[in-house]
Amino acid sequence: MALLGAINPLMTSGWAGGDAGWRLKDYVARGGYEMLRKVLTEKVSPDDVIATLKASVLRGRGGAGFPTGLKWSFMPKNFPGDKYVVCNSDEGEPGTFKDRDLMRFDPHSVIEGMIIAGYAMGAARGYNYIHGEIFDVYQRFEEALDEARAAGFLGSNILGSSFSYELFAHHGYGAYICGEETGLLESLEGKKGQPRFKPPFPASYGLYGKPTTINNTETFAAVPFILRMGGEAYLNMGKPNNGGTKLFSVSGHVNKPGNYEIPLGTPFAKLLEMAGGMRGGRKLKMVIPGGSSAPVIPGEMMMDLTMDYDAIAKAGSMLGSGAVIVMDETVCAVKALERLSYFYFEESCGQCTPCREGTGWMYRIVHRIENGEGRPDDLELLTSITPNIMGRTICALGDAAAMPVSGFIKHYRSEFEYHIENKRCLVPRDVQWAGSTFYTGPSC
Amino acid sequence: MGRQYLLYGAVMLEIEIDGQAAQVAEGSTVIEAAHQLGIYIPHFCYHKKLSIAANCRMCLVQVEKAPKPMPACATPVSPGMKIFTHSDMAIKAQKGVMEFLLINHPLDCPICDQGGECQLQDLAVGYGSSASRYQEEKRVVSNKDLGPLVSTDMTRCINCTRCVRFTQEIAGVMELGQAFRGEFAEIMPFVEKTVDSELSGNIIDLCPVGALTSKPFRFGARTWELSRRKSVSPHDGLGSNLIVQVLHNKVLRVLPLENEEINECWLSDKDRFSYEGLNSEQRLTKPMVKQDGKWIEADWAAALDYVSHALRDIAAKDGAESIGALLSPHATLEELYLAQKLLRGIGSENVDFRLRHSDFSADGKRAGTPWLGMKVAEVDKLDRVLLVGSFVRKDQPLLAQRLRKAVKRGARVSVLHASDDDLLFKPFAKAIAAPSQLPRLLAEVVKAAAESKGVAADAALSAIVPGESARKIAESLLEARQGAILLGNYAQQHPQAATLQALGHQLAEIAGIRLGFLGEAANSVGGYVAEALPKGQGLNAAQMLAQPRKAYVLLGTEPEMDTADGRAALAALEQAKTVVALTAFKSAAMLDYADVLLPIAPFAETSGTFVSTEGRVQSFYAVTKPQGDTRPGWKVLRVLGNLLEVAGFDYESSEQIRDEVLAGQDGFVSGLDNAASGVSLTLDVAASTFERVADVPLYFADALVRRAPSLQAARDAVAPTARLNAASLSSLGIAAGSLVRVRQGDASVQLLAELDGAVADGCVRIAAAHVDTVSLGAMFGSLSVERA
Repeated sequence: MALLGAINPLMTSGWAGGDAGWRLKDYVARGGYEMLRKVLTEKVSPDDVIATLKASVLRGRGGAGFPTGLKWSFMPKNFPGDKYVVCNSDEGEPGTFKDRDLMRFDPHSVIEGMIIAGYAMGAARGYNYIHGEIFDVYQRFEEALDEARAAGFLGSNILGSSFSYELFAHHGYGAYICGEETGLLESLEGKKGQPRFKPPFPASYGLYGKPTTINNTETFAAVPFILRMGGEAYLNMGKPNNGGTKLFSVSGHVNKPGNYEIPLGTPFAKLLEMAGGMRGGRKLKMVIPGGSSAPVIPGEMMMDLTMDYDAIAKAGSMLGSGAVIVMDETVCAVKALERLSYFYFEESCGQCTPCREGTGWMYRIVHRIENGEGRPDDLELLTSITPNIMGRTICALGDAAAMPVSGFIKHYRSEFEYHIENKRCLVPRDVQWAGSTFYTGPSC
Repeated sequence: MGRQYLLYGAVMLEIEIDGQAAQVAEGSTVIEAAHQLGIYIPHFCYHKKLSIAANCRMCLVQVEKAPKPMPACATPVSPGMKIFTHSDMAIKAQKGVMEFLLINHPLDCPICDQGGECQLQDLAVGYGSSASRYQEEKRVVSNKDLGPLVSTDMTRCINCTRCVRFTQEIAGVMELGQAFRGEFAEIMPFVEKTVDSELSGNIIDLCPVGALTSKPFRFGARTWELSRRKSVSPHDGLGSNLIVQVLHNKVLRVLPLENEEINECWLSDKDRFSYEGLNSEQRLTKPMVKQDGKWIEADWAAALDYVSHALRDIAAKDGAESIGALLSPHATLEELYLAQKLLRGIGSENVDFRLRHSDFSADGKRAGTPWLGMKVAEVDKLDRVLLVGSFVRKDQPLLAQRLRKAVKRGARVSVLHASDDDLLFKPFAKAIAAPSQLPRLLAEVVKAAAESKGVAADAALSAIVPGESARKIAESLLEARQGAILLGNYAQQHPQAATLQALGHQLAEIAGIRLGFLGEAANSVGGYVAEALPKGQGLNAAQMLAQPRKAYVLLGTEPEMDTADGRAALAALEQAKTVVALTAFKSAAMLDYADVLLPIAPFAETSGTFVSTEGRVQSFYAVTKPQGDTRPGWKVLRVLGNLLEVAGFDYESSEQIRDEVLAGQDGFVSGLDNAASGVSLTLDVAASTFERVADVPLYFADALVRRAPSLQAARDAVAPTARLNAASLSSLGIAAGSLVRVRQGDASVQLLAELDGAVADGCVRIAAAHVDTVSLGAMFGSLSVERA
């Protein structure tokens, strides 16, 4: 099912038709490309487009939450030579599956957003880097691009204006690190996907060394809707400093896992209710509110929070990409962390020392604890490793790998201690199995 | 905090490091600023000559107002910046990184070849803890075969990527890369490939751990056991500065001595590994005399007595002019000087060190000593270059590196040559033709430049019509702000070398650029300074072979390999009554043609002087004692001078000889001038099919390097083949890989045919200076190819 629930939907407003409603004609029937037409024919100045975005306080939907209007204004205006707009659809964060559905059910909103971005920043070329494991979506996006080209929304002198813009889709190969924006640029250039150190930032030295702006798929998809309703109105849909609505990918032990679009600032309890509540009526144990790299928040704390950047940050975690991983009382915290740590160990690019060496070290310790070989000083060791990784690496993957470790130990220290002491889970094995619809593998 | 503008325009920023105020140029990084103040920041991946990677994270420092530690190598300074390299935050960050670096690194320094000269080991003393907290399984990485020069122990690798960046940025070819991800990341060459760059040895120096070590030196000694002595490379004309490491009177390793004006911090593999030849089994360590066709060892007195009597007899019977001397351009200035003084002292003018040259018509018409025309360090500042007849990448690897640097800065380098070899940069324009046509091609460029500038060209060029590439080259040279036309070894060995020089001079005058010769050998300039070439009626190197002498004196050379026509050299030596060889090595051929072998010291065992291609005088001391009964060449020549009763042979030291030759010239020699006047231009040489293109492969170029086993195992030392382009092969109906018979004059050899798209049409490239091709004869000339 395309969309399981929404409050004041914008980006998902066209998803009703599911796989049948993504074509250009459907998008145009929903009012698509009107904003592009308006901007080009009424000669809305690029500065006005950016001003509207600034007023909307649209914050980057990829995870960092950087204000989009501000980011666009960083692009040098009078740069002689090429500038690029890049869409980061390399959605690899465990728990996140919103961009996939955006491109699957409404690819033209992304395309329109990227064309407007090109216009606003004076770029003549855009690339959409699509995650390697969603090849069918990549193919659909290519089809949508063909439609847009045929309709004259892409190419030379779009809609009779002096603005020319070409957009290409690029199919990645599934490495998580290519979702880091400079790793993505390296990969797009045909090199090994490894993040670059910053500065220089992509706005001055990006793709092929040219000024480049990289935004998340959802960010671009929001742009046409913001222009249509105006910046103020969009901001007012959310709460101050957290404009608009956002897609949340809810997964885990809920009855209706899937994508939900809700205004920022909606209580988590409401989101959980929309997702059908806890499966089997079990007790909420913990929530990872923003994708696997966000620190975990205990259930009771989470129930008091609203879903927006500031509230989640205040609680010591991140809204991130909006991947809400809900876990109930059948989950063993050690096993959950083991799985997360394995992911970062596997996905580290190996470029810089703390992440290359530290992710493996952390995983091996957690793996030992989970398998009944924990040692008394392991927790102290783990908590002394994480600060040596956080803030010491070229990109944020180091932080992303360390934060779950420190977060889980902070909130579930007793479970880890129990594990080390008793060589088995605090949560009995049959309870763990009961919480899963599939066998989770041997635990202790 | 203010900015200060200095006279030369760089903006200086005021910053503070560890409480010390400093002014540093805008755009410099924190680590550069710290080095300027003499503050050391620990680092692994940072290297001043390589791009910034910022991947080791060892150089993290605290910057005021920054929430987290910043990498000093990648953080640019900003006005008023306050940096703390030893604050709690910085030390904690550095120690944290060190712990990560060590968890998977073997902690077995006592069995590691890098032990004692390892950056990781050194820094671990300061930043590591006494025991590892890592109790898990350690990583093991399989070793890679990088060829005969670089040994690997990849488990020790810390993935700093210095080697990767060196091959791409300095050596100019991607031969190494980082494969796989995360903890499994490995540095490796392309599958089934080795590292074949002529600069590959530098990755050994760059590697901060024991992952890449010297294969020839491997487990030979500990660094602290070795004495370090300065020396100068005896190979190409660059005069790279060396640190020669010696144990028990044996050279065990050679490292670069950093000299920004010459070799920077690099060495070519030839300079680095040729020392192996010093310990060759073919070293001659006792004087030997041939009696009744049998070689017997003699003492020095007897051998020198024999030589002086032999030379005296021949001079008396056949006249002194029937004695000739062939001197190696790799010999020291002192040896060259004494050798010519000796020959002239006994009445012969037949002395020459330009052994591979074949055109001597510029003799007497040169304005001065041919040289590079500029300082070596100026080469990378050139913006327009025409490279004529040069295998520069193999002949002068570090000059090629500087040209590559110039191209990176935007220089346009054009090429005029008989072979379109990959220079590892993109030439701006190319004119590739058979050797006989090179003078005409250069004349086209001269004519095009003259026409474009609206000045009169030499009347001899009236019939020349410039082609398209000649015009393109000429146009680019006329734009030059720092331009040069550089004549390579091949142009100097060319049968119309004087024409090339004269045309080069004309072009330089028209375009307002400089003319330079790339020095062939360590003393290519020194030979002129020592006057080791004939004057008046004396015979030059080619004439001494064409008009065989009764006696030859050979200094440090194997003429069958080192001359323009090895076949003629062999014939001339074999018919001579007496051949006296002053040499460090013996060979089968030499045992055949020589009558006396006098063991003289190679560069490592004698003091001496090389005058480099930029005219720089570099004297050096012996780094070891001479092996066996070997004696420094200057001492042998001095005694010979005494025995032959030549006046002025009372030197007590090599310095005395040097001072006599240089007569007060200090640092750089004077009299350097590449102009030539009155040379009659030879432009109408008809092309023939096929013409030989003979390069001197870098590891066959002199007697020492020919005996370095590891270099002989390198890819650049493969046996010569007959290399033809596809058109030539198909016109002959020969398949690549098949055996062909190559005839040159009445000589012929069998070689494998090889496809080489770089070779000019109608040419066969067959390397010279190799035992397989000696019998073929001259380096230039026509030959025929047929199926064997």
